[in-house]
Amino acid sequence: MALLYVVVVSLVLLTVIILRLFGILRHGSEYKPGQKGSVSVLVVAGSGGHTTEIVRLMGSLSQSYNPRHYVIADTDKMSEEKIRTFEAEREKSGLPSQFTILRIPRSREVRQSWSSSVLSSLSALMSSVPLVFRLQPDMVLCNGPGTCVPLCAAGLLLGILGLKRVLIVYVESICRVETLSLSGKILYYFSDYFFVQWAPLKDKYPKAIYLGRLV
Amino acid sequence: MFMSVTFNKACLIDTMKTVFVTVGTTSFDDLIGSVTSDESVKALIGRGYTDMVLQVGRGSVPDPDRCPGLSFQVFHYKDSIAEDMRNSDLVISHAGAGSCLEALGANKALLVVVNDKLMDNHQLELAKQLQADSHLIYCTCSTLSQTLRDMDLSALTTYVPGQPQNFANFLDKAVGLV
Repeated sequence: MALLYVVVVSLVLLTVIILRLFGILRHGSEYKPGQKGSVSVLVVAGSGGHTTEIVRLMGSLSQSYNPRHYVIADTDKMSEEKIRTFEAEREKSGLPSQFTILRIPRSREVRQSWSSSVLSSLSALMSSVPLVFRLQPDMVLCNGPGTCVPLCAAGLLLGILGLKRVLIVYVESICRVETLSLSGKILYYFSDYFFVQWAPLKDKYPKAIYLGRLV
Repeated sequence: MFMSVTFNKACLIDTMKTVFVTVGTTSFDDLIGSVTSDESVKALIGRGYTDMVLQVGRGSVPDPDRCPGLSFQVFHYKDSIAEDMRNSDLVISHAGAGSCLEALGANKALLVVVNDKLMDNHQLELAKQLQADSHLIYCTCSTLSQTLRDMDLSALTTYVPGQPQNFANFLDKAVGLV
């Protein structure tokens, strides 16, 4: 009997969470955090090529996108330097530089097996929630490294709990011409704005936004 | 006679021809092994290359004696490989988007070597598409030396970079900044 009670309560709770989640996502386009003048961004830089791409995207954004919090994988060597170089250039061109770099355990190393991937993804989620709750960004911007799913989940959790609406903006990596990345396949359903950079993906995923190659 | 002297002079000035090999943030020892193999080195020398610079990431450093006839430099990481790209005549790169786009942005002839041992080999998609658009040539480690021998770099066309401003304009409207 007690078990039945637990099951029923869990199901009700799960339904409420799911309904709330889809309610939030349906009204995403109505949420305009920029109207207050600036938009704080959590940028999931991930590692390697993902960082190069996201830095190119950040280069196009105006000074209204501040502060900028970059999250990188803790095993990554090159990304921090790329970001610091980018922000230094930005400051040189006269724009005040407001940014932080944060480190998080990498969800999945190249060549890591799927089973140990699950464990490290859980550990990534454990560090994502406090980080996102502390920063309370207006928007999470990501382009597909493994770390972006737990960070977006944490952002959505803020919304589900009614603490803060966080826009999820996903730009699929330019590597993806015909198939989405694993992160993309998941976040296609949980993002407010989902960009792809090649026409074949737009054909397969009609909700995606296609503006040509972006990086 | 005069013509031939001028020609020889031009050749002398242009004696340094560098190939830059980059594996990105992780390691790709198969690529390093394959590009320093006898056949590949022979093909590069045959094409007039004199210098080879290798960025090997986490990978192991190959024995410089393996490449007789090529002047040889190796490093693991640098803050920026932009200068190595700029100073090269040919870039041989892993298929990572960052390295590929950097080489194409620097307007360099690019040969991409796809790692067929990766768990999820999506890198092939981009290499395929960019080859279809004549911006690069791709191969695998096992076909590298043959590709170095047979490839026609003159058939490559200039790559026009993507337009991040289109993204910014869209986002500005979406978040209500404009």
